[in-house]
Amino acid sequence: MELYRSHVLVCGGTGCHSSGSADIIRRFNSELKEHGIEKEVKVVQTGCFGLCEVGPVVIVYPEGAFYSRIKVDDVPEIVAEHLVKGRIVKHLLYHDSIDEDEDIKSLDEIPFYQKQKRVALRNCGVINPENIDEYIAFDGYKALAKVLTEMTPEEVIETLKASGLRGRGGAGFPTGLKWEFTYKANGDKKYVACNADEGDPGAFMDRSILEGDPHSVIEAMTIAGYTVGADQGYIYVRAEYPIAVKRLTIAIAQAREYGLLGKNILGTDFSFDLELRLGAGAFVCGEETALMASVEGYRGEPRPRPPFPATKGLFGKPTLLNNVETYANIPQIILNGPEWLQSIGTEKSKGTKVFALGGKINNTGLVEVPMGTTLREIIYDVGGGIPGGKKFKAAQTGGPSGGCIPAEHLDTPIDYDSLTAIGSMMGSGGLVVMDEDNCMVDIARFFLEFTVDESCGKCPPCRIGTKRMLELLNKIAEGKGEEGDIEKLIELGEGIKMASLCGLGQSAPNPVLSTIRYFRDEYEEHIRDKKCRAGVCQALLQYFILEDKCRSCGLCAKACPANAISGQRKQPYVINQETCVKCGACMEKCPFDAIVKR
Amino acid sequence: MKTLKELEEIRQRTLEEVNLRKDRKGTRVVVGMATCGISAGARPVLLAFVEEVKKRNLQHVTVTQTGCIGVCRLEPIVEVYMPGQEKVTYVNMTPEKVQRVVAEHLVNGQIVKEFTIGAVEKKD
Repeated sequence: MELYRSHVLVCGGTGCHSSGSADIIRRFNSELKEHGIEKEVKVVQTGCFGLCEVGPVVIVYPEGAFYSRIKVDDVPEIVAEHLVKGRIVKHLLYHDSIDEDEDIKSLDEIPFYQKQKRVALRNCGVINPENIDEYIAFDGYKALAKVLTEMTPEEVIETLKASGLRGRGGAGFPTGLKWEFTYKANGDKKYVACNADEGDPGAFMDRSILEGDPHSVIEAMTIAGYTVGADQGYIYVRAEYPIAVKRLTIAIAQAREYGLLGKNILGTDFSFDLELRLGAGAFVCGEETALMASVEGYRGEPRPRPPFPATKGLFGKPTLLNNVETYANIPQIILNGPEWLQSIGTEKSKGTKVFALGGKINNTGLVEVPMGTTLREIIYDVGGGIPGGKKFKAAQTGGPSGGCIPAEHLDTPIDYDSLTAIGSMMGSGGLVVMDEDNCMVDIARFFLEFTVDESCGKCPPCRIGTKRMLELLNKIAEGKGEEGDIEKLIELGEGIKMASLCGLGQSAPNPVLSTIRYFRDEYEEHIRDKKCRAGVCQALLQYFILEDKCRSCGLCAKACPANAISGQRKQPYVINQETCVKCGACMEKCPFDAIVKR
Repeated sequence: MKTLKELEEIRQRTLEEVNLRKDRKGTRVVVGMATCGISAGARPVLLAFVEEVKKRNLQHVTVTQTGCIGVCRLEPIVEVYMPGQEKVTYVNMTPEKVQRVVAEHLVNGQIVKEFTIGAVEKKD
């Protein structure tokens, strides 16, 4: 084997990939050759480092130098200075990664990583996901070996139950129990399936795990197969995740080659194989019964439960269905024991949770924190706070199924139960941060528009009810809201939650109900005063020219497509509200910031 | 098909390679790799350290490089930092000398005095 003195890790997650990390890798390889040190330095493509905001990210070991926002043209400098001469290129380093003396901090001292605990993401950004040997080096397939040679299915189930692991897909059902139900179910054939149909707007946890550490999911599913008595597994992954699909395909082929999938795994009697099923991107297919219909080749529509998949799932057989992140936790629990997971988290929620941070936040990216970390810590310590010194307004967790968390609950420790108690939910881990420039009516409208689009149409409460709610919200946002509309929204919402067939409809009203719960005054302002305080709802805005700032230059009048602005020299210009179409063109043109909307 | 033993072999073999990527707090060997160092032969010295450390499976040792250490006429220069001890500077290094430094200093904790900057400067 070749021996390298230095490793250059280049992030190959979707975020960094789309900002050019593949070209960066090519340039590194050609530059290394140029300097004749291609045999001394190894370039490795890894999964997501998490700090997508400053991508593409490159880390050089053994120094651990963390380079951020690297462009192809920066590569020659890094090679010539750092790799040839050993002089770290300080101006390209991530600003938080060096201390006052300009010394490099180790990764866990960087504020973004300090409060994180990476369990599901442990290998993301560390190993090359397309190389099974590197996964094995970091204790990969050790848990599978232990299970196959030392443990009975009952012992695996007891371990999971004792660990307190709960499903990471959103609902938080105890994983050990789910495995036990499938294990105990009668059936001549059983299946194991993985839900990788990640659909919440702004969520990309599962994608990053599949891209950065696909073998962890394959290993866990094989363990699951052994435990429940299945010899076939399916991974249902979105076709919109091409990199994840590619790496999964490579990983499955490598595992087969090593005999870690297929017949008589590791020389035992146990046989298990995996297949991918690509989803076409319908949100409802993340619901378990719809997912299974889709795997079978039918239209992805949910059906009533019971029977639950554990008794009657894929092809009518008992099926174990878990989410990607849940699986990624399992090898670690087998290796470290249930007490280890018990030691992390809160009383009823054990372990860690991965969140995709998005919206008005400095460190957009992927983070994994112990359960019980407060929202404040995630947003201000890990996430680096809100850009431009703006004020925090709310955070949305759980995507279109979840709800908003207002500032007064910033110190709530995040776990399944506390989030449900304040009217939101853990969800799969999307976390969108909103500041004072976000209108809560508009946010509710955005999520509801999404569910109206994605409702499969099978049951009327979801199909018709969400549509009616959206119409009410549109009416309010357009300034035509009436007294009683809020009450109608609540009544409709409660009804849809109770009467819908599947989780999509049962949770669709949540964004509306939770924004009404915490920001009712904003709804009332829209209805009574016809005002949108955040300046988002166009129909409620008026543009004004500030008399004291206007220098009568006339640029605004020239820019106005509706001829709604008039004025003359030495007199402040005026906007005619009757004819103004609220396009905002005048505001952009004004050199003196004399035009405001309110 | 792989057996358990083969799996363990792959683990050991690959671990040596990826170990570099773990944050470690042990001994650091720093080789001066500025223009002066490189032209004086710092690269073979660096590679000899990497090889020797791997051969002996010294997991607590990191071999890394730095810029000009300052005394260009004594290049290649190597600095060894051990936790809780003062830095030791070796000068006029060669791949042959590396073997002794690794065996005597890194493994057994005995500084190879005759190669250090203090000894060489006195001789001159």
